[in-house]
Amino acid sequence: MNPLAQTPSLTDFGHDPWWLVLGKIVFAFVVALLGTLLGVWFERRVVGRMAVRPGPNQLGPFGLLQTLADGLKMAFKEDILPKAADKVIYFIAPAISMICAVTMLSVIPFGPMVSIFGHQTPLQVTDVPVAVLVVLALSSMAVYGIVLAGWASGSTYPLLGGLRSAAQLISYEVSLGLSIVAVFMLAGSMSTSEIVAAQGSGTQVSLFGLDIPTPGWYALLLFPSFIVFFISIVGETNRPPFDLPEAESELVAGFMTEYSSLKFALIMLSEYVAMVAMSAFTVTLFLGGWHAPWPITLWSGANSGWWPLIWFFAKVILLVFVFVWLRGTLPRLRYDQLMRLGWKVLIPISLVWVVVLAGLRTIDDWDTQSRLYAIGIPAGIVLLAALFWPSRKPEPKPTLVEQVENRPPGSFPLPPMDLQVPPSPGTRRMVAEREPANAPAGQDSEEV
Amino acid sequence: MTASTLLAASGAVSGGEAVAFWILAPVALAGAIGMVAARNAMHSALWLVLTMLSLGVFYVLQAGPFIGMVQIIVYTGAIMMLFLFVLMLVGRESSDSLIEVLRGQRIAALGLGLGFAGLLGSAVYRATQGSAPVGLEQANAGGNVEGIARLLFTDYIFAFELTAALLITATIGGMVLAHIERRKEDKRDQVATMKARFRPGNYPGPKPGPGVFATSSSVATPARLPDGRLSDRSTPDILPLRELTAEETTLKGTEK
Repeated sequence: MNPLAQTPSLTDFGHDPWWLVLGKIVFAFVVALLGTLLGVWFERRVVGRMAVRPGPNQLGPFGLLQTLADGLKMAFKEDILPKAADKVIYFIAPAISMICAVTMLSVIPFGPMVSIFGHQTPLQVTDVPVAVLVVLALSSMAVYGIVLAGWASGSTYPLLGGLRSAAQLISYEVSLGLSIVAVFMLAGSMSTSEIVAAQGSGTQVSLFGLDIPTPGWYALLLFPSFIVFFISIVGETNRPPFDLPEAESELVAGFMTEYSSLKFALIMLSEYVAMVAMSAFTVTLFLGGWHAPWPITLWSGANSGWWPLIWFFAKVILLVFVFVWLRGTLPRLRYDQLMRLGWKVLIPISLVWVVVLAGLRTIDDWDTQSRLYAIGIPAGIVLLAALFWPSRKPEPKPTLVEQVENRPPGSFPLPPMDLQVPPSPGTRRMVAEREPANAPAGQDSEEV
Repeated sequence: MTASTLLAASGAVSGGEAVAFWILAPVALAGAIGMVAARNAMHSALWLVLTMLSLGVFYVLQAGPFIGMVQIIVYTGAIMMLFLFVLMLVGRESSDSLIEVLRGQRIAALGLGLGFAGLLGSAVYRATQGSAPVGLEQANAGGNVEGIARLLFTDYIFAFELTAALLITATIGGMVLAHIERRKEDKRDQVATMKARFRPGNYPGPKPGPGVFATSSSVATPARLPDGRLSDRSTPDILPLRELTAEETTLKGTEK
């Protein structure tokens, strides 16, 4: 079986009968809902295991039905509308979050071309030449859900949470977009299916005259971008350690403080769907999409038919595990630390990396010698600069005696430096009282 | 996308495009009207978001998917967000009053607006009537995004770079004007604060509360030191030291 025939291209989209389109949409929706149901259970179990406790284990096998029970309970709770709330926006805000999160899944390629009832169709709801931008647009629209929820609640903590999240999401969107630029440069496309296809085969990278076959995954080829991207999506989905909008120690529950019942359920659902969707997005952009990892590719049928669904979801679950792992490990950042990380670390790294990558792409078709010059000269300059960069020597710290001697006259009096503090009489008495209680016992045991 | 490009190039309007247009055009228009008519500034901004989203979809329908998505990301995503920031700082209770300052202003504005819309609409209608759009197929030949990229980085490279420089200058200017960062040596850390507290001439203990052993509980009444002197450290600097006179402290005979 030729694996290349299984790879969908943009022309394969838009020919499905209506029932197939409907089926795919329902599939993506079910993935979102099941992802939430299992995601919450998975998170609670894993965090429980990390905290050396069992986690939910009563309802159903391994406690799998706990989330379902919680969801049902939430639906039957009283729906409270604050008096100061802006009614319409208060209702719309959770829906905006939810719609944006679910729609992201519509451009994620779950698998290659498969045959469904005789129709050859890609396992993806739809694809457009700007599919990655669709996801970016949706994630920037999702901010509205949070900000409006905070604003419409009509009380202080939600408003502060909403403001925080707006600032945070805008900041992290910049580094998110910059790290994706590197993927565009290598894949030469903004369509998700073509980015996955571009990662299918390892490219030949010639460095210093050697043709080195590299794995096609952009997580390896574009490692700095991958790291920046992953940190950014953790910030973008408001997950710990960047969950400042809902920092419970300072803002009660942030923008969702006033929400209850089904509207609260919607907000929570949209958060988990966003986490699953962003994981799927990362898998698509950096981890080779539905392509099987290396040892499995030895089997020729690994990348055809329905099998890639397994590899895809395995990678997604792995990333969700990393999300949970971060939550179980890292404490929440302070707000200024968060902003400094976003603006002073992530964005400069992405910018420099994009420039370096553009340079590497430019010299790709030069001959070996000029390529050596092009890489060697800037690298040498950077090395020399690093070597001869004047390091700031810290002034030697004055010793304690010098500090004491340098104090101006009339300073607050200090006790003498060689002060011997006599043991307090109370301690001596206690020791004296305890001594005889042990002494005879020790003697006895020695004699026996 | 290729199918939609071909359709748009031939000047024909597909069924789906017509349906989308007739649904979204009233929505976009309602958003524009709502933006002007809404009393609450926040609602006004949200109506504008609606209009911009509809415009983004229109661009996508017109075989310009890149510009459509950029419209949504940049305008609704970033600029509107900053706009919302300003609104939030203004406050959520602020609504426009409905009092007409100039008499007949609203009617006049409505009439002028309608007239301008009619003028513009008829001009566009007359200008485009009977002419078929050409050149879209060539422009989108190598893909929409690629076509825009080629133009931006060949014919319009200087305009593009100049715009980028202008925007960067504006951003840095804004930062320079708004940002205050104290230098590291000017920052007073905990050790420096403690040293200042224990420096000679400064009493490190807490200040005496006003009104201690005093004849009145007013903050303007200074504390009395153990030797009977008045302590001016106990009162705020802006208040003059003031001891009530004997006449003031005697009962005024109003207690009955």
